Amino acid sequence: MTNTLHRTGDADSFKDDYIVFAIASRGKNDEGALEKLQKFLRMAIPFSPVNLGDARNGGSLRPSKDMGPSAHWNRDISPDFEAVVEGFTHITTAAAVFDNRVAAEDFFKAVKEADMGLSVNISTSVDGAEQCCHHAGVPRHSVGYSLGFEGKTELLPNSHVLLLSTMCGHGMVANSLAKKMIDWVKEGRRTPEEAASYLQRFCSCGVYNPSRAKRILEDARGTTK
Amino acid sequence: MKINPKKCVACGNCTYVCPMGAIYIDPVIKRATVNSAECVECYACYNGMSQEKLNPVMVRTMRKVFQLLRLRFDPEPDVCPTSAFEPDTLVWPRIVRRAFSDPRVPHESTGIEGRGTEEVKTNDVSGRVVVGEVGFTIEFGRPGVGVWFRDIQKACWTLAKAGVSFEKKNPITSLMTDVSAGTINAEVMGEKLMSAIIEIKVAVERTEEIVRLVWAIEKEIDTVVVLGVGTRCDEKGEDTVVAPILERLGYKLHRAKTNTGLGRITNTTKEKSNEPVPAGAPK
Repeated sequence: MTNTLHRTGDADSFKDDYIVFAIASRGKNDEGALEKLQKFLRMAIPFSPVNLGDARNGGSLRPSKDMGPSAHWNRDISPDFEAVVEGFTHITTAAAVFDNRVAAEDFFKAVKEADMGLSVNISTSVDGAEQCCHHAGVPRHSVGYSLGFEGKTELLPNSHVLLLSTMCGHGMVANSLAKKMIDWVKEGRRTPEEAASYLQRFCSCGVYNPSRAKRILEDARGTTK
Repeated sequence: MKINPKKCVACGNCTYVCPMGAIYIDPVIKRATVNSAECVECYACYNGMSQEKLNPVMVRTMRKVFQLLRLRFDPEPDVCPTSAFEPDTLVWPRIVRRAFSDPRVPHESTGIEGRGTEEVKTNDVSGRVVVGEVGFTIEFGRPGVGVWFRDIQKACWTLAKAGVSFEKKNPITSLMTDVSAGTINAEVMGEKLMSAIIEIKVAVERTEEIVRLVWAIEKEIDTVVVLGVGTRCDEKGEDTVVAPILERLGYKLHRAKTNTGLGRITNTTKEKSNEPVPAGAPK
């Protein structure tokens, strides 16, 4: 799962995008991992994440399988972090998404002190992750660089669309929906926050960053690149 | 995936949410329809859209009235008003589309959701990439383009000829009938996926050679490619080896996934065998 690695943007565009995630390795440290992963997610809540993720069941804003008609006028777009923690029923990747470095640093430091034995990764700019590690007094173990998209790039859409759609590395956020949301924000049919919430619901592992999406949509309102 | 024409009201919401652009309103039957050749069974439509259970006849009538009066109802864009999506029963080989495209389905070969790979995420406990080695994840098809297995096959053959070693715990490798030659089970060649990742590992001295090999592969296939390059840091947490090579090749290293080294082996029972899963139909 490279679901967070290949987000497009330069280093500065990740200033509000920090994903700290925990994962157990089968046969190595998966015994008792379910409780530890739940603990990891619960520990994140006081640090004000913008999303929490369960790779199997989704994030803090999910689609409804039985939506009532009134939701078209008063849909709830507030995240439900407790539901993510309580619904974490399988050993899979647990992720906490932050929109500022200080929160990510402090959370990571707390995770280090909890010493759960799970692999913990930080996905953001190279420098941002280094700073988080430095803050916690941890030397980086390994690093996986994203080299960006290559090949038949003429098949890709414009950069604002890509900035939005690549925040779901599994490709569940369609380029066409991202483009539609940019258009709707331009037309004034939805606020950037509402448009970001539609995109967020499609991310099935909860790593979508609605705060960054809102900023990108605001940026795209005036001039789509 | 299919859309029940008796339920569909042709609202068009689903045409935007399909990552492959495989859903359209059929002008003859005036219902949303899935182009099954292009559909990768990712279930983004079925799992990602909220669903209402409105009466289709009522909704169609309302839509006709609005249309007649040139009025626009402005409903939520991520909703299927009549719960019209119905998953097909998938059989081999089409079932691999879902295994590689729906992130909620764990790959049998690795037990991992998503694209089924661990890369350097668990390197602190797996020791998969050690000092002096470089792990490559070569991903095809994302974002939103997709990839056919026949293109992945071309890449695997090229890489195998270069003598790379394919990661055993990887979904693509698990479908190979001959790992040394990089040959994938021929039965899946006509299948399209959202994306798929080849994982290889080489000595650090071969980094530039592999990057150039991938550049050559990119010219031979009809999709987008994204490279992830994983390396072990030194005891100070620095990478002074691989990053300079990549920068010399023209890459700007904006983003990375950093393994912080907090993981350790805690299981008290011995790990099961790590041998590759035999190629063939998933059980």
